[in-house]
Amino acid sequence: MTRINVTVDGVAYTDEVENRTLLVQYLREQVGKTGTVIGCDTTNCGACTVHLDGRSVKSCTMLAVQADGHEVTTIEGLAQDGVLHPMQAAFHECHALQCGFCTPGMIMSSIDLLNDNPNPTETEIRHGLEGNLCRCTGYQNIVKAVQHVAGGSAPARAAAATGASS
Amino acid sequence: MTTTEQEATSSQTPEIGKARRRKEDQRLITGRTRYTDNLSVSGMLHLGMVRSPVAHARITAVDASAAKTSPGVVAVLTGADLAGKQGSLPNAWPITADQKAPNHPAVAVDHVAFAGEVVAVVVARSAREARDAIELVDVDYEELPVVLDLATAAAGPPYAHPELSTNVSATWVYDSRQAGTGTDVDEEIAKAREDGVVIERTYRQQRLIPAFMEPRSVLVDPTGEQLTVWSATQVPHFVRIFLALVLGIPESKIRVIAPDVGGGFGGKLQFTPEEVLTVLAAQHTGKPCKYTETRSESLVSGHHGRDQLQRLTLAATKDGTVTGLKVDLLANMGAYLGLVTSGVPVLGAFMYNSIYKFAGYRFTDTNVFTNTTWTDAYRGAGRPEATFAIERLMDDLAAELGRDPIELREQNWIKHEEFPFTTVAGMTYDSGNYEAATSRAKELFGYDELRAEQRHRRESGDPIQLGIGVSTFTEMCGLAPSRVLGALNYVGGGWEHASVRVLPTGKVEVVTGTSSHGQGHETAWSQIVADRLGVPFEDVEVLHGDTAISPRGLDTYGSRSLVVGGMAVVKAADKVIEKARAVAAHLLEASADDLEFTGGRFTVKGTDKGMALAETAFAAFQGHNLPDNFEPCIDADATFDPVDFSFPHGTHIAAMEVDTETGAVKLRKYVCVDDIGNVVNPLIVEGQVHGGLAQGIAQALFEEAVYDENGTLVSGSFVDYLVPSAADLPSFITDRTVSASTTNDLGVKGVGEAGTIASTPAIVNGVIDAIRHLGVQDVVMPCAPQTVWRALRAASTKGGTA
Repeated sequence: MTRINVTVDGVAYTDEVENRTLLVQYLREQVGKTGTVIGCDTTNCGACTVHLDGRSVKSCTMLAVQADGHEVTTIEGLAQDGVLHPMQAAFHECHALQCGFCTPGMIMSSIDLLNDNPNPTETEIRHGLEGNLCRCTGYQNIVKAVQHVAGGSAPARAAAATGASS
Repeated sequence: MTTTEQEATSSQTPEIGKARRRKEDQRLITGRTRYTDNLSVSGMLHLGMVRSPVAHARITAVDASAAKTSPGVVAVLTGADLAGKQGSLPNAWPITADQKAPNHPAVAVDHVAFAGEVVAVVVARSAREARDAIELVDVDYEELPVVLDLATAAAGPPYAHPELSTNVSATWVYDSRQAGTGTDVDEEIAKAREDGVVIERTYRQQRLIPAFMEPRSVLVDPTGEQLTVWSATQVPHFVRIFLALVLGIPESKIRVIAPDVGGGFGGKLQFTPEEVLTVLAAQHTGKPCKYTETRSESLVSGHHGRDQLQRLTLAATKDGTVTGLKVDLLANMGAYLGLVTSGVPVLGAFMYNSIYKFAGYRFTDTNVFTNTTWTDAYRGAGRPEATFAIERLMDDLAAELGRDPIELREQNWIKHEEFPFTTVAGMTYDSGNYEAATSRAKELFGYDELRAEQRHRRESGDPIQLGIGVSTFTEMCGLAPSRVLGALNYVGGGWEHASVRVLPTGKVEVVTGTSSHGQGHETAWSQIVADRLGVPFEDVEVLHGDTAISPRGLDTYGSRSLVVGGMAVVKAADKVIEKARAVAAHLLEASADDLEFTGGRFTVKGTDKGMALAETAFAAFQGHNLPDNFEPCIDADATFDPVDFSFPHGTHIAAMEVDTETGAVKLRKYVCVDDIGNVVNPLIVEGQVHGGLAQGIAQALFEEAVYDENGTLVSGSFVDYLVPSAADLPSFITDRTVSASTTNDLGVKGVGEAGTIASTPAIVNGVIDAIRHLGVQDVVMPCAPQTVWRALRAASTKGGTA
């Protein structure tokens, strides 16, 4: 067992973890952050994406001990004082979710994507979210939600008849 | 003020038709979710499943002694331990009286028939300790010959289950001449051979995996009087009934809850070995037990879909009028029959003729066992296969006759003025307008311009060739009229149940027997009830997915929820209004016949006297002053059994670019115009179409469950099973036409499967249209670059005459 100090959604935790504990297991089982979910075991689906010091990471792909001394933000820590993060609001507004299982990871990745590239093209959004799988939406409204947050001009491009270029 | 004017001023803007944002979203976007694996019960133990690594073997010994002493392990349960308790997993659809099926144990006792089958269960204090101990269970397998290929299996031996002495489970036939719905198909084919056109093809529906995003999970709490089961399932009511039937537990002692469920697509329309085993482990230990599968386990053991070989003969006259269609199907059951495994191909039987006016039709389905994961419902279930076959054939016929594929379809389809139309497969199509949908789709697509570009690319020998793929599909929705299911030997019914309760404070609770797992029933049902009862959308609460709250229901699959479940809600709401009318009439001292109900109020015709629905609810709650002999309650239940299916349709057109040098395929543009009747919530409908398209396109281009020659699933993780990402798909251009259904009061048809059913043939037709002039007649799915390249190469080797 190893002692770690991690801040999760603004709260400091000191916990003993097995060395093999994945960050996602620590978040779900020890901190109780079940909003972050597990969709695969090969780092393909991205459902478990959280932010580590503000950058998106797949929490199934790092060990809890690697988060020692770092700050983790999960889907549960995004809304502040009952006000949704703009990306959460956009997912609701644009119907960018159905079953909701990929949604936590998709929202966390989308926020990071815009942090890197505040005004992405549709193609850049689609490639930026390549590491997050969704089985319900066909991605169209997820792309729209990201464009919605990014700014006014992008959604018009989504409707363009040419579809995605690659 | 006239009565008409009063109505006009008091009515709200209708909720039905509004793009309401979903009520469900708040908890899902903030991580406050209750997926089964998120739930914990004090003292809960965790299960790990030991799964067979071999596809076919006798189990000669299971040694669990090392596992039992592993840290945290509470118990190890083997087939021998549970043989007397576990019963046999059910098949709810014996399609013929002589259908053959093996015993289907939850945990294998002495024989395994596919790789991934459970052979022992480890119960431990943590999921990690359970998984550690799985490795310590020593199972001796005496391997048996493996049968995987459909045609080989149909001929057999070897047999997937030696005790059956055959791999053929059942053969099911629909013949239009025998059924009295058409002519003899063999005569039609003979005529066409003499003086017409005969198209003979064999198409392969590759094996797919539903790949819902939430891995399945089940939690069983045996403490207390009732056994409480939380399961990531589409069908909590089924799970309850079958736990009772299979394990002999009184049904009244079982409560099944489907909390938040992360997608299903048919993949969670199942009663699973893992559900049975978690119940047995909870009973064995007396403690709450939870099992959550890993993704790899999900892919290897959750049921698969499709996997059929379609041998097809289409007869037509020289002028392109279709006359006969013969379908000879081999359907891969896998190793066992699950809930509706055997019936999935039969669901396609009524759809091969699609929107076209065939004279003669015969459908023969042979269900075959192999040593693979069992198949069952996957989005569309039988109908995508049928649609793929007929839409490919229509393109091939058009090519054979040198005709435009849309024009040829129009020559043969049912005209809008011919509805209702009874087809050669005996179905009565309620309504539709194929001309209108097709015309709109062509316009949005820029059909003529893209045909011109296609010609230009062909003439200039462009290495990037353009193909245009068409699919004018229909499907049957709204499973199902119970009498029809009975005639098809399905053991259950197809009705749906709802309750509507007006609470004393005026808020409304709606209980539905459907079980939403992403479809947005909480929102759509609220819209329906808000309109019906004249109450605010926000005041309606929709409850579902818990057999203690929603005791009657047949759950969610087969695009049935709105068409059947939504109608049950309507019927229950109408009953509430009638009960409330009696209360209002009594309190207003008027005749019930003189009361009008609009905008949530009863008013006495010709007066300004009136009373809100909520007031009648409160009066009923008080019970102080009600009509004589009136039960003090205005709440109502309704069970709705549809009289017939509904038949949505649509025209989908895809522009496909094929790189003739590399075989790379690009979906450049996708247009679909669907007609799903009236729409309750266009936002939700759009979402269903988008997601459906993605799955249908994925069958055409990306996904395939692949076994090696030993029966090991090699596409056993998301590394190898290619669920498309955002980068693999374009934005779709969607629109709708509206032909209201005539088989239900809402005029709705169902949309959950439309995109999946329609899109696969549109894509493959597009790929082939791009390279048909190079001699390619078929590309097997998925149309991966290497497959396309090989098809091109084979055609060029044959000198373009293939």
